[in-house]
Amino acid sequence: MDGLQRGSAAIVGVAESDLGAVAQEMSPIDLMAQGIHRALADCGLRLSDVDGLLCATAQSRTSGLALAEYLGISPAYVDTTILGGSSFMFHVAHAQAALQLGLCKVAVIAYGSTQRTIGRRHASVREYNPYETPFRPFLPSTAYALAASRHMHQYGTTREQLAAVAVAAREWALLNPGAWEKKPLTIAEVLSARMISYPFTVRDCCLVTDGGGAVIMTTAERARSLKKPPVYVLGCGQAITHANISSMPDLTVTGALASGRAAYAMAGLGPKDIDVVELYDAFTINTILFLEDLGFCPKGEGGSFVADGRIAPKGRLPVNTNGGGLSYCHPGMYGLFLLIEATRQLRRECGARQVADCNTAIAHGNGGVLSSQSTVILGTAAAV
Amino acid sequence: MERVAESPLATYQAHLEKGELAYQWSPEAQRAVFYPRVICPFTGSDRLEWRVSAGLGTVYATTVVHPAREGAPYNVALIDCDEGFRLMSRVEDLAPEAVRIGMRVRFRVHRPGGDDPAYPVFVPAESR
Repeated sequence: MDGLQRGSAAIVGVAESDLGAVAQEMSPIDLMAQGIHRALADCGLRLSDVDGLLCATAQSRTSGLALAEYLGISPAYVDTTILGGSSFMFHVAHAQAALQLGLCKVAVIAYGSTQRTIGRRHASVREYNPYETPFRPFLPSTAYALAASRHMHQYGTTREQLAAVAVAAREWALLNPGAWEKKPLTIAEVLSARMISYPFTVRDCCLVTDGGGAVIMTTAERARSLKKPPVYVLGCGQAITHANISSMPDLTVTGALASGRAAYAMAGLGPKDIDVVELYDAFTINTILFLEDLGFCPKGEGGSFVADGRIAPKGRLPVNTNGGGLSYCHPGMYGLFLLIEATRQLRRECGARQVADCNTAIAHGNGGVLSSQSTVILGTAAAV
Repeated sequence: MERVAESPLATYQAHLEKGELAYQWSPEAQRAVFYPRVICPFTGSDRLEWRVSAGLGTVYATTVVHPAREGAPYNVALIDCDEGFRLMSRVEDLAPEAVRIGMRVRFRVHRPGGDDPAYPVFVPAESR
């Protein structure tokens, strides 16, 4: 993005809050605060150092107020941009801009959701749309299913290829002690699971869990004096193409094409230079669409690309190494967790699922119904 | 500034009550606009004309929703109308899984009854 300087800011602390099914009566702000506490411990900063606050949750209309009050801080810079699950990638770009301009010195990006405990219907109330609601789309699944139908029609993508995305995610999740899913999954099990919105069974769809977390950013200069090796922001890009699926221009091409190009241009990198790939997999078609639109394979070839374990552990391209929204956790707006995993991979903290010799990572966020796309490219000191 | 006397949705809905599928036309963009709005998303102009669709279109994307608890599976589709606009709808008069991308379809008004407003559905173009 024009105006942002490659490597001017870094992620210095990351943490998840409690995940999965949290204690009864925990609030989304409780989870944000817990994530912030843990992320501050991760980098050795204190709450009194935080003067930039960025957050989003579907469960609090003015989450910036709620979180600032809860933390007992009066931040110099606040941003509660909410554009769905990609919000946190937008926050990274906004935090970087604020840090560059000196609007704040330490920025916290936080998320929390208790959608599993209180029920998805209560956590994220759907707005009535007179042009869609009468047809009873089961959103968001139906919107992504429509995109999948189009991809299958145009490119011959199969249900088995979609299922391969879920199986790869599960294999990664089995290497992640923090993942929700603990049992192996086969292509046949994906295909025979309960149908949701054709071609998706429940195994093509992300989990419904609670969860939250925080990411702490500061200037590159300050980052170098902190506890862990800095993970630098090398590139950011964003694109909004629509809000409702009936207004998406082409269901087989997402805004990731534009957001990826912008992020690559800022980073001076291309897809061949990326060591770790973290893509927002709300549904199995997402991974295929984003692999294509971010340039890891040609348009239309995503289905065959993911077959035969290419994106699974021991495959050629490590994708969604935490197990993804499909098998690790998906508390409504998942984008923050992609940033957390990319950071941990670049710091080599990932144990059994660690990608060898990685210095660059892409964390791609998706929001709404393929509506908002935001790409962040991260790198170690060796990549700056 | 001229006050809007009737919302875009109210005009659209009034056409549906008469059995018509209405859309807007942007003379400056020379393009159809859907859903109806107060300004054109291609030019920013507030010059938008109402037109009535001939009601013929093609299935652009389709899915079958399987309700978790009760009720039969049903179709949800995106239809590209011949005038150049797309809308969400469903295709009736055939099994939901028999709806195919590329299928030619024709508009029919659906009146759910009670206080619920009429909405557009589609049927295969060759059927009566």
